[in-house]
Amino acid sequence: MTSTELGAQFGADFDGSTPSQTVGPFLSIGLPWPDGPDVVPAGTPGAVLIVGTIFDGAGDPVPDAMVETWQADPDGRFDHPDDPRGRVAGWRGFGRCPTDEHGDYVIRTVLPGALPDQAPHLDVSVFARGLLHRVVTRIYFPDHADAHADDPVLASVPQSRRVTLIAARHDGGYRFDVRLQGPGETVFFDA
Amino acid sequence: MATPTTQPGIEQSKVAPSELPRYRPDPEGTHPPLGFAGYRSTRLRHPGEPLILLPQRLTEVTGPVLGPGRLGPLDHDLTRQHAEEPIGQRIIVHGTLRDGDGRPVPDSLVEIWQANAGGRYRHKVDNWPTPLDPNFTGVGRALTDAQGHYRFVTIKPGAYPWGNHDNAWRPAHIHFSVFGRAFTQRLVTQMYFPDDPLFAHDPIFNSVPDAAARQRMVSRFDLDNTVEQWALGFRFDIVLRGRDATPFEEAHA
Repeated sequence: MTSTELGAQFGADFDGSTPSQTVGPFLSIGLPWPDGPDVVPAGTPGAVLIVGTIFDGAGDPVPDAMVETWQADPDGRFDHPDDPRGRVAGWRGFGRCPTDEHGDYVIRTVLPGALPDQAPHLDVSVFARGLLHRVVTRIYFPDHADAHADDPVLASVPQSRRVTLIAARHDGGYRFDVRLQGPGETVFFDA
Repeated sequence: MATPTTQPGIEQSKVAPSELPRYRPDPEGTHPPLGFAGYRSTRLRHPGEPLILLPQRLTEVTGPVLGPGRLGPLDHDLTRQHAEEPIGQRIIVHGTLRDGDGRPVPDSLVEIWQANAGGRYRHKVDNWPTPLDPNFTGVGRALTDAQGHYRFVTIKPGAYPWGNHDNAWRPAHIHFSVFGRAFTQRLVTQMYFPDDPLFAHDPIFNSVPDAAARQRMVSRFDLDNTVEQWALGFRFDIVLRGRDATPFEEAHA
């Protein structure tokens, strides 16, 4: 069915996408969930915390941001109809955490497995007051340094900036800070 | 816990790009630039380096499937979440969630948040001196149905002043958050009301370069869904990025 036929069927005019707008300063009344930061429940074998701070271009923490993560399971699989390898029923894969007054967030998860042709990674969206559109980055892990050498996405990033995409070991888990602007600016992607 | 259901004959290590859907980029001017001088808060928060193109592979063409388990029975009705009704003009806000080819996005989570009738959010740092409404939280959630349709009952939010520039006021709006089918489609936007005189003065609304695209953020008054003696209807259709058909779909068309 062509888009014209689909449009006719639903009686609508699909002349383009709805634009993005900022989440504004008050996103934390609407978007947090009690279990939002838990990609996996506490106590899950292999669960680790990824903590971090969002910084602005002046080096100040951003207290009105939100981080969302999306990732494969430890076998590199998803629960999604468009994965041609089939679905892993019940794998949520999604985490969401607003930043607190110190600009800090935390996500509880297990490390993803490798994807076909790609090193293990999380896709990350950052929303905030002052961001008219989300920014997208990735978290890679120091545990997979060998795989990073062959990862096509890391290869597309200037060598000097790749470090911004690799989490640091921290307190039994990981630390991944996001710098929106300025020295050490995190690599952001056009997704 | 999780049960793999692997299709036979497909190896983990081999997923050709042709096996995956491909989401088309939106035309230039559809979305705001990250740095926009009129909106001061962008100044220290927009990246200075150019964005790097992320190829669409498995992580990008999949996304969270957030279903009914996340909703309470009154999450879609912001006028019935407290002991009494909130102050304000009762409205119905409804529409469809579709992709750019008209495909409905069914069973998908739609989240909204908004100010009360006086223009104040129930948030600890909102100190705009208009009263909070004890009967209004301003947060709603709904799932799209099989046709991609969603529906909320709420009250019309008020305009409110902000410190961006002299005598700055935000047009009345409701924040919307939708997921679509894939990570690439994730969208947070704001729904506005028709004919708001504040549009001309609002840098957030005007940050969208394309004039036609700006109008896609404005809901339409909907007499057919206005309920007699009860509530005004507004229609807000949300369109996400379109995608090219996968070989699988074509083979079964």
